[in-house]
Amino acid sequence: MVTQNTTGKGWLKLSIPSWISGCGSVIFTVLITMVGLLFVTFIIGRVMPIDPVLSIVGESASRATYEAAYQELGLDKPLLVQFFIFLRDIAQGNFGESLLTARPVSQDLLRVFPATMELATMGTIVGVLLGVPLGVIAAVKRGSWIDHIARVVALVGYSMPVFWIGLIGLLILYGKLGWVGGPGRLDIFYVDIIPRVTGMILVDSLLAGDMVVFRNAISHIVLPAGLLAYYSLAYISRMTRSFMLEQLDQEYIITARVKGLSESAVIWRHAFGNVKVPLVTVIALSYAALLEGSVLTETIFSWPGIGSYITTALLSADMNAVLGGTVVVGLVFVCLNIFSDLLYKFFDPRAR
Amino acid sequence: MTNLLEVKNLTVKFPTRDTVFEAVRGLSFSLGRERLGIVGESGSGKSITGRAILRLIRKPGIVEADRIALEGKNLLTLSEKEMREVRGHRISMIMQDPKFSLNPVMKIGDQICEAYRLHTRASRSEARKKTLAMLEAVLIRDPERVFKSYPHEMSGGMGQRIMIAMMLIPDPKILIADEPTSALDVTVQKEVLEIMDKLVRERGMGLIFISHDLNVVSAFCDRVLIMYSGRIVETCRADQLHNATHPYTVGLLNSMPRLEHPVDYLEVLKRDDSWDTMPSVGGTLETEIIT
Repeated sequence: MVTQNTTGKGWLKLSIPSWISGCGSVIFTVLITMVGLLFVTFIIGRVMPIDPVLSIVGESASRATYEAAYQELGLDKPLLVQFFIFLRDIAQGNFGESLLTARPVSQDLLRVFPATMELATMGTIVGVLLGVPLGVIAAVKRGSWIDHIARVVALVGYSMPVFWIGLIGLLILYGKLGWVGGPGRLDIFYVDIIPRVTGMILVDSLLAGDMVVFRNAISHIVLPAGLLAYYSLAYISRMTRSFMLEQLDQEYIITARVKGLSESAVIWRHAFGNVKVPLVTVIALSYAALLEGSVLTETIFSWPGIGSYITTALLSADMNAVLGGTVVVGLVFVCLNIFSDLLYKFFDPRAR
Repeated sequence: MTNLLEVKNLTVKFPTRDTVFEAVRGLSFSLGRERLGIVGESGSGKSITGRAILRLIRKPGIVEADRIALEGKNLLTLSEKEMREVRGHRISMIMQDPKFSLNPVMKIGDQICEAYRLHTRASRSEARKKTLAMLEAVLIRDPERVFKSYPHEMSGGMGQRIMIAMMLIPDPKILIADEPTSALDVTVQKEVLEIMDKLVRERGMGLIFISHDLNVVSAFCDRVLIMYSGRIVETCRADQLHNATHPYTVGLLNSMPRLEHPVDYLEVLKRDDSWDTMPSVGGTLETEIIT
């Protein structure tokens, strides 16, 4: 009795300092992770058996031209020095120039990342909105036909190759029926008519108040986003179901029923309140996976996203672009992890 | 004494792959404004009985009974919605371990308020006031703080008192306490039992005290039912437990060490197959008077 702790009050009282120290440790974690990530990407970039100089000057360049380019790239310096130069440049937002597009990589990334983000966000939102209720219902009605249908839906989602569903979808919904827009983000005559703010066309067209462009963008994003949504739905609904089954077995669920609560209050307020905690991590990870850019989806739908950007760069030895893309993807992962940690603490008082 | 609860010929079955397991087999008993102990070993069906009364046995479990009546009203014929009115409001239940029986992500105050508002349609502030009073009634010293705390911040004894407060706040007629002190330290057990006893008496409630602890039951209850393999094998007044005659009860009593009769070797319970097939003894008040 005497040994109760006082975290209830203590937490509130200490909230400001602990908030600051919390932020400090978060920043520290991010920095450590990022330096580690940069180091690994840098090493991989340097040990890859491709010659960045050759891909700039070409096969038939003279010895002198080659040497000049070699020195200009700083490749004559020791590896550690090169690494610090690399770090310094990145800290200034300078990822070098892309060989392929002949533009600064940072500009390229600003162009391709919003496209991926738009697609991934739409996919995740739809995937969560459909997947979570589906998982909950499958768990509550365990063994019923709804459960079986949810299982089949998820299984198909896991196992169908995206290039096949994507092409068939395009063929039927765009080619035959014309219900959706084709590949690309917009029809050609809508391109570049709205001012670019965020790079996400849906957001930009709303900001500009241009509903025609907005509708066209929707018709283009529906199919690829729907595909990605299907994949995250498959994963999220399965995870939700198993989390839910675990919680429904707990004693506090009996307590809630003993109180006389309705089934929906038992399920949504009590069981789901506890499911939210692990679900946050699952959703964040699936969002992160989509933000990485799904190369196949982007390729099929000619979506100028980060996945196809990095892949193209990799295939043409455009190391600056590859490294820049990797850094962005890594940063996204780290940020999402931190965000899900924060949400975790918000939903679970035991983690505070 | 009027009968608050009457259970007649209760059977609870769980179908398994090739047989049907009968957890409770033809149980009959009644409960007045008294403290009725149900004692038995693990798997004897005592907890299942408690849950069956609240109709909380989930599928595929099957509950059959001639009658489960609360103040003369048969609970078996009620719809699920009417049954929810009974749960909490008329019959409540406290479970073994507050570590698991309280929702870990909900504030304690909210959990108690929820129980109260569900049955009274009271306003938020009214429920809060009532909750704080209830926390005080279970001798929690700093109700305001506990109200805002989460279950993991509480000790086991505190948790069980919170559980009592939560289950008694809608003012039920019957409390089923399913091993309420088994998860607690011995020193805290007594405190919690006293609090529960006081509140149950003050409110003129009936208490079904499910336990495997013969000492606690004989000290705490008015009447005892001894269950074995889904049946009542013996019933007696709690203070007469040491005079029990059924070989199972005698065996249980003899397997406990006693200070006043030290023995070198404690007896081991010798089971008899005939116990399994004997008909259930009636646990009603009337049979009690006859014996």
